[in-house]
Amino acid sequence: MKKVVVYSFATLLIIIWLIPFIAAFFTSFKTMDTLMSTHNWLFPSKIWHFKNFTIAWEDGNMRQYFLNTFIITIPAVLGALFISSLGAFALSWYEFKFSKPILMIFIGGMLIPFQMLLIPVYRLSIKMGIYNSFIGLILFHIAFQTGFCTFFLRNFMKTIPQSIFDAATVDGAGHLTIYRKIVLPLILPALAALGILEFTWIWNDYLWSLILIQSDKYKPITLGLTAMQGEWITQWNIIAAGSIIAAIVPLIVFLLFQKYFIEGLTAGCIKG
Amino acid sequence: MYSIWVIIPIFQTMFLSFTNWDGVSPLINFVGLENFRELFKDPYLILSFWNNIKWLLGFAIVAVPLGLAVAMFLDQEFAGSKIYKTFMFLPMTLSFVVIGQIWSWIFEPRDGILNTFLNFLGIQGIGWLSNPKIVTYSLIMAALWRQIPYAMVIFLAGLKQVPKTLVDASYVDGANSWQRFIYIILPMLRPATVIAITVNVIDSLRAFDIIYVMTRGGPFYSSSVMANYMYIQAFHNYRMGYGSSIAVIQFLVTLSFIIIYMRHVMKTEVSL
Repeated sequence: MKKVVVYSFATLLIIIWLIPFIAAFFTSFKTMDTLMSTHNWLFPSKIWHFKNFTIAWEDGNMRQYFLNTFIITIPAVLGALFISSLGAFALSWYEFKFSKPILMIFIGGMLIPFQMLLIPVYRLSIKMGIYNSFIGLILFHIAFQTGFCTFFLRNFMKTIPQSIFDAATVDGAGHLTIYRKIVLPLILPALAALGILEFTWIWNDYLWSLILIQSDKYKPITLGLTAMQGEWITQWNIIAAGSIIAAIVPLIVFLLFQKYFIEGLTAGCIKG
Repeated sequence: MYSIWVIIPIFQTMFLSFTNWDGVSPLINFVGLENFRELFKDPYLILSFWNNIKWLLGFAIVAVPLGLAVAMFLDQEFAGSKIYKTFMFLPMTLSFVVIGQIWSWIFEPRDGILNTFLNFLGIQGIGWLSNPKIVTYSLIMAALWRQIPYAMVIFLAGLKQVPKTLVDASYVDGANSWQRFIYIILPMLRPATVIAITVNVIDSLRAFDIIYVMTRGGPFYSSSVMANYMYIQAFHNYRMGYGSSIAVIQFLVTLSFIIIYMRHVMKTEVSL
């Protein structure tokens, strides 16, 4: 009996929870006429139209935005992981004067309001001539995410027993060898978790693209979607199709790597 | 790299907050505390500040307890509980732009899901996004869709660390489930609660994307928050100096919560 209650409550909860999602999904396959005449949001229509997706993809320029987001996200994630793994290695294995303050700055940096950075970063990228380019946005993402990534990886590296490190030193391994042959293989699971998390974050970024990108050519999908909204303002079916295109990649990544995603998130905020 | 894009900008913003720079002219005039004097008289900023407080309360009072409730509920081991959790987590993978699109159309006054539902119940529909008195709450509601799972993740991780023996002992002692929750689980979840509240508060203070996408802070600044007002002043009205001073205020408000968070993190850090 108790089981039935638990299941029905859980199912009800999930259905209510996912209504926005379900509605968006079904809407994206309907025509505007069906939508307006039936007001039937929560159920699929008899005929499934794929035209909304073609319109969003071709006329809405989603194809370009989709590609741009990959061009921005992949190097940004890899860059942030690379730099922060080196940084975390230094912070966790070598005791130097400023290691504690540096760590604190990294933690503080990931929490400050972005508004503190908007204007100077904007000004800087204009001065450096990288305003409105992929590279400008990528470099910023790498720099900004390095704080969180370093903090995250350092905590993980701290759990590697000191003896392994000592043994390697005795065997005559240099810093770089230790990093490459010992640390990197050991932190691979953490790197995976972090990579997944960073991928969704950078993919979903809106504010920084808004500040650093101007032309359509370089816009990522989040900016593209708002541009689309301006064009098809009342055509919810096309907007819904666009939203689904924008959401599909992080969604798939999450479903495939849920374990890593959740682990990363909890390690990032709980263990501290 | 981190210092170029993150550390130095913080100080530049502080510096700019004392100027009346317009973002274009090479001349930067120092105006002392003029911006801050204007800030405290600016009705829109004060409005934005109070809206931020609403966001803060919404996140702290709604997202944290609901996250805890759902976490407690789904933490019971029943077959399929994993799938339910996955569904709960889904909104977390979406960008605020996508969430904004989906919800603007749930809130759509004439044909949106919410008002269709209300009409079905025989209740007059509401201008969710057009009524200045309601708009902020509508936006918070949409943001909660993503924020509740975040709180949930934190609590689920916290629940894992509650020693099983303690829970078992309470069964032996004949405690009912409510007593068990109040006297055993809740105290054990204290660290998770501190993290969940501070993270939520910090997030609420820097809310931007969803507001900008859904209402741009309108109608007539009624749903504006500090982050969004700062952006409009700096990048639409070219008042970079004034915008910076808003960012500084926002930074100072957030700082106390960042310190609470950092002290908490550092405490656990030392023991590592």
